[in-house]
Amino acid sequence: MNFQPDENGYYGNFGGAYIPEMLYHNVTELKNNYLNIIESEDFKKEFESLLHDYAGRPTPLFYAKNLSKEVGAKVYLKREDLCHTGAHKVNNVIGQILLAKRLGKQRIIAETGAGQHGVATATICALMGLECTVFMGSKDIQRQQPNVLRMKMLGAKVVPATSGSQTLKDATNEAIRYWINNPNDTHYVIGSTIGPHPYPDMVARFQSVISFEIKKQLKQKENRETPDYIIACVGGGSNAAGAFYHYIDEPNVKLIGVEAAGKGISSGKTAATIAIGTEGVIHGCKSLLMQTKDGQVLEAHSISAGLDYPGIGPLHAHLHQKGLAKYIPITDDEAIEAAHRLSKLEGIIPALESAHAIAILSMMKFKESDIIIVNLSGRGDKDMEVYSEKFNNKEN
Amino acid sequence: MNKITLLFQTKKNNILSIFFTAGYPTTDSTATILKSLEENGVDMVEIGIPYSDPLADGTTIQQSSSSAIKNGMTLDLLFTQLDELKGNIKIPLILMGYYNPVMQYGIEKFCNKAASVGISGVILPDLPIIEYTSKYQKYFEGSNLSIIYLITPQTPDERIRLIDSVSNGFIYAVSSSSTTGKSNDFDDSQIEYLKKINSLGLKNPIIVGFGIHNKTTLNTAWQYANGAIVGSAYINQLTKHNDIEVATHKLLMQLKEQI
Ligand SMILES: Cc1ncc(COP(=O)(O)O)c(C=O)c1O
Repeated sequence: MNFQPDENGYYGNFGGAYIPEMLYHNVTELKNNYLNIIESEDFKKEFESLLHDYAGRPTPLFYAKNLSKEVGAKVYLKREDLCHTGAHKVNNVIGQILLAKRLGKQRIIAETGAGQHGVATATICALMGLECTVFMGSKDIQRQQPNVLRMKMLGAKVVPATSGSQTLKDATNEAIRYWINNPNDTHYVIGSTIGPHPYPDMVARFQSVISFEIKKQLKQKENRETPDYIIACVGGGSNAAGAFYHYIDEPNVKLIGVEAAGKGISSGKTAATIAIGTEGVIHGCKSLLMQTKDGQVLEAHSISAGLDYPGIGPLHAHLHQKGLAKYIPITDDEAIEAAHRLSKLEGIIPALESAHAIAILSMMKFKESDIIIVNLSGRGDKDMEVYSEKFNNKEN
Repeated sequence: MNKITLLFQTKKNNILSIFFTAGYPTTDSTATILKSLEENGVDMVEIGIPYSDPLADGTTIQQSSSSAIKNGMTLDLLFTQLDELKGNIKIPLILMGYYNPVMQYGIEKFCNKAASVGISGVILPDLPIIEYTSKYQKYFEGSNLSIIYLITPQTPDERIRLIDSVSNGFIYAVSSSSTTGKSNDFDDSQIEYLKKINSLGLKNPIIVGFGIHNKTTLNTAWQYANGAIVGSAYINQLTKHNDIEVATHKLLMQLKEQI
């Protein structure tokens, strides 16, 4: 079973399209066309073949023996880190750029936090011969340098977002403003399940390949399609949406989203939207967000640029409200610790974002018979500076 | 009668409306700015509710908005200031802002409060029309508040007609597909767009905004529509001059000056 919003893009109370008239034309064009296009045979064929031949799908479902022993349950890692460009982000980018081409767009813009979505967008634009501009918070440009260099090498223009917290939220604002000013030939590739309808649904559909594959792979390995747990980190919520997608209506599968607590949910330096957020509108959709009582959006904090966002996709706000998934905050330090542990135990250096999901394994009690799938959303190359800092401190 | 409706009954052309951000340059500028604008013959004022993430605005209004928030401006404080001023300002006042701060305040409470402090109309560009008509129209009408929606060069005729049927007071015609604060003169396609709006025979007057910053742009707006809204150009003057009265004079000179 799939999980879809209603025709106006609402998942229960959340979603919709809260946009000024300047965006109406482009968003409506997408809304009116996305389903027809992505469900057409020729789109599916091209999408699937690029996912397979270019992005390297299906990604492995890896039984992590050493980690399993430590956790005391069976842990599988869904290796999205092995996708071309190093994260799940490319799944959505391929889908959206194929869609943009069919809508006749020549220019592509994107926002990026960790730089993974920016790199994926720059990559597919290079492949397709499209002009690419990526907006990235100045703070993120500093802390994710390797990805900035990759985007430039791929021919993209990287534009620093210098307003506000200079992170993902502000990069998104700048991308939206650019789109308002260039409404005719530009498609905005949003990198997560956020933004006005149809983005959350469209991105979730493109990422749903993750749980589609998990079902088949688990059947092969364990002779069952459903695990006991699926664990994924949540920034805007796209890798989690993809990992949850085909399991949302399965009551026996416990869905766990992991938010970035930053320095702790009560520290004032956090990105744990579900933990401390309230209902409101952010970037064109109604969802939960971190805000003052006057409705000003708060600056988020997470050591992981990809989770450093004061909102959350409307699908997750809904799953949380209905009790269909559980969201747990993990601090900066816990995530770094988990990254080191996974590296030593399994020889896999995870992205800081994905490390948040790994950290849950030592926070929760599991039964020995439990089958747990952790969506390893990305690889850690981009985060070596943060990791080595802590590493050096430990050694000295 | 609603003051906006009254204004358009008595003055059909060359209407000048000014936008400023509440709380900028200082929290207590509100009264001084409103008096200064009224005394200098401005016909109507949009008071911007500052918001942390003004995604349809260019840098000028973004910066005024973030300064205003830093200064401590809130919707509550703005209502208190307007309440104290009540009766002293005769020209129509409109609140313009993003939906989220208003949603947090509560729409019904917002409408009651706005009406009670002398506000005549509201512009919330990111409040979807269906949400307005299905949930909130009753509160706006109950408080005799005009709702004003935006149209752009890309808004299809059919949607312009829908917006015309929902709006009362006037329609805010965004001059080009852009964020606020552009400083180009209008090109032919923008003039064609304004002519087209005229040809639709809409029930509401048309006020042109975004990018009006000098005599040429103001006169074009006045020629093809009922009036114009100036925002960023005024905020830039407020930034340049410490004295609000000086800023208002400079703006009016800028708008009258021959280029
Ligand atoms: C590796 C990785 N995982 C997760 C995320 C968070 O995004 P989402 O919640 O949309 O999956 C990012 C975002 O940059 C990322 O790079």
